[in-house]
Amino acid sequence: MRRNALSPLLLAITLAGASSAATAGNMIFCSEGSPAGFDPGQYTTGTDFDAAAETVFNRLTQFERGGTTVEPGLAEKWTISDDARVYTFHLRAGVKFHSTDYFKPSRDFNADDVMFTFERMLKADHPFRTAYPSEFPYFTDMGMDANIAKLEKVDAMTVRFTLNTVDAAFIQNLAMSFASIHSAEYADQLLKAGKASDINTKPIGTGPFVFGRYQKDAQIRFKGNKDYWKAGDVKLDNLIFAINTDASVRYQKLKTGECQATLNPRPADLAAMKADPNLKVIEQPGFNLGYIAYNVTHAPLDKLEVRQALDMAVNKDAIIEAVYQGAGQKAVNSLPPTQWSYDPNVQDAGYNPAKAMELLKAAGIAEGTEITLWAMPVQRPYNPNAKLMAEMLQADWAKVGIKAKIVTYEWGEYIKRAKAGEHDAMLIGWTGDNGDPDNWLGVLYSCDAVDGNNFAKWCNAEFDQLIKDGKRLTDKEQRSALYMKAQHVLKSQVPITPIAHSTVNQPVRLSVDDFKVSPFGLNSFYGVDNK
Amino acid sequence: MLSFILKRLGLLVPTFFGVTLLTFSLIRMIPGDPVEVMMGERKVDPELHAQAMQRLGLDQPLYKQYFDYIGQLLQGDLGQSLVSRESVWHEFTALFPATLELSIAAILIASLLGLIAGVVAALKRGSMLDHGIMGLALTGYSMPIFWWGLILIMFFSVQLGWTPVSGRIDLFFDVPPVTGFMLIDTLYLDDEGVWLDALHHLILPAVVLATIPLAVIARMTRSSMLEVLGEDYVRTARAKGLSPARVVFVHALRNALIPVLTVIGLQVGTLMAGAVLTETIFSWPGIGKWLIDAISRRDYPVVQNGILLIATLVILVNFVVDVLYGIANPRIRHAG
Repeated sequence: MRRNALSPLLLAITLAGASSAATAGNMIFCSEGSPAGFDPGQYTTGTDFDAAAETVFNRLTQFERGGTTVEPGLAEKWTISDDARVYTFHLRAGVKFHSTDYFKPSRDFNADDVMFTFERMLKADHPFRTAYPSEFPYFTDMGMDANIAKLEKVDAMTVRFTLNTVDAAFIQNLAMSFASIHSAEYADQLLKAGKASDINTKPIGTGPFVFGRYQKDAQIRFKGNKDYWKAGDVKLDNLIFAINTDASVRYQKLKTGECQATLNPRPADLAAMKADPNLKVIEQPGFNLGYIAYNVTHAPLDKLEVRQALDMAVNKDAIIEAVYQGAGQKAVNSLPPTQWSYDPNVQDAGYNPAKAMELLKAAGIAEGTEITLWAMPVQRPYNPNAKLMAEMLQADWAKVGIKAKIVTYEWGEYIKRAKAGEHDAMLIGWTGDNGDPDNWLGVLYSCDAVDGNNFAKWCNAEFDQLIKDGKRLTDKEQRSALYMKAQHVLKSQVPITPIAHSTVNQPVRLSVDDFKVSPFGLNSFYGVDNK
Repeated sequence: MLSFILKRLGLLVPTFFGVTLLTFSLIRMIPGDPVEVMMGERKVDPELHAQAMQRLGLDQPLYKQYFDYIGQLLQGDLGQSLVSRESVWHEFTALFPATLELSIAAILIASLLGLIAGVVAALKRGSMLDHGIMGLALTGYSMPIFWWGLILIMFFSVQLGWTPVSGRIDLFFDVPPVTGFMLIDTLYLDDEGVWLDALHHLILPAVVLATIPLAVIARMTRSSMLEVLGEDYVRTARAKGLSPARVVFVHALRNALIPVLTVIGLQVGTLMAGAVLTETIFSWPGIGKWLIDAISRRDYPVVQNGILLIATLVILVNFVVDVLYGIANPRIRHAG
């Protein structure tokens, strides 16, 4: 709906309302924040990735739209050596880099671009990095810098990666936003002109949309890439990100047609959105998990019976109703059901306060024992209201005689102190990065992650061996068998209480065609049309 | 007069240093550093963290960071944003016109409506109208801006469809920034519709931002008018048989305006504070939103220098008001 009524105030000064370009073929996406920059390797958040990696860039491999399956991207095909340590990528021919008013490519995409992209992230003394010092946190965090032993250009259209150790998720990792391929020719031009930092403000890629202009806190403009290598994927002539930090305002804008799609609606607005005849809410089970991590190094949580008791005392149904407003699926396991290798036979102990009290008594825990329960200060897809969740848990645990003191810190401090292990029980969660089970089981619960994201500080030898073995295999079935076993070990030791997988809701206007919700929380507009 | 100006200028120096010290220390008191904020839930690799902190110059002792900062300032260098790596001055000048445009519109609305309301209330002193206007002014003054903005959006934008929900322009129009003032930049497009669209977008946020200053100006005008209306020269003017309109507008209002003008000058600070919230609600890309974002990202140079620039502006406006007032009223000049 375009605004056609004019305010009486304006009627006095004009007879004609403002008219704008036809909306068909154009689309405005109400995004939630300004990106920090347009060089995806430097960043870690969805806001940054949506604005650059999903629009301007491609990667060697890419995730299918709306799924976790990896498909060929800028690499047409690849081969893996028998020892699963050498990956040879055959690059796609005829792929063009964007031509803009600040860069005109003289050649098509080739191996030099892949070499530039990865060497810049691997080598601290890379000339481009000397001119424009940067860190690549996601690349480091996924262990890529440590694991890539060698990178070679075999010929103009072939590159080879040699790994130190087998990493079954390597192909998936290359599909992640941080591995977006830059133009080596553009980088050279910038370096010669002494403008290396422009790589972060004026991006050049091979992706479905060409960067136009960015106005901080206001808008990012893209044009559909007419020369895109996958021609059918670009249906929009213009794609505009309208930056709106407030969720209520984004909803109002969607309602009045000032934008055609938005993200992260407030749970409270969902019912009204679904009832609006001009809108549709695309739902997808979230590729996420909100959970309670019990610090197993602190008494009394070092006792299995205590963790079991606290787990049984949690009324998950009530929490899903109140905190997720029903838009969540009860979590049983340590990873989401949409992740391959998920074992549906893992069972929950169930809500049983009476049994919980017995367990506590047997463990010699006095009534009124105090523990701290940390509540996140921020809203996350896996936990839309941590404060409310903490209050409900406090009440649940009080019923079995455990007094929980709710603690919260500013977000950065929260994570820092939690990593240092200051908490007893804490609310936290995760959204999958690359669709690999190790991204859950290894990243969140392994011994290696005890100083990092393993907030339970739980290190179990049997579990850890299974995870390590799984990562060294490339056969999906063999890996699945190991991971399923690991899930049972974890469930029996209760380092966490899984609460819920929140449903991801993406509200769009009816005119929007073929928008798919990414399990990774990204927003992609290739293949999308606005009719 | 010169010594008065010099004295006022002399006071500016310690004020500036106070502001730098305050912003420098306050932003650093908030837990977390820019690198940690950037990493979020992800594992912060200590080596990478140290490397980034060194690149950003945040590995130095605090006193050294402060002296470096002051040294930079004295050379006229406002530094770079830690997040975007753009120069702070460049970001400020790109965003400030949006805030200025909104503030000018707001102060115009507030002054015009505030003066009218104040004069009417004074002339009808004690009547229902007077009570009504003053009641509304008190309500306006006490209004939580965020809530008020959302209510207006719900009513005027969503229910009635009269004004757009947020932003400065319908984004299907591509308006390249020339001056940064949307009402001027849209003129370059030579399309009347675009200019009207920009005006349309300005109305609601300007009204929201004008609410508190309007209330203050209305109350000030009323009390100032009441005082002046009781003066001998007004009584004399009436006795001379001048028309009531002439008495009110030429003799009374002109004199009543002096304190009102000072109040309008003082509202610049209120406008800047209000802009932070108004810009957030209306997705208005100005310096208010910029600063909020910088605080949450711990972008130290932006917070320090952004606030310093705003403080400079408020101090300068107050300085000009002081000087003008000094010119108009010699008693102040000599006392100051």
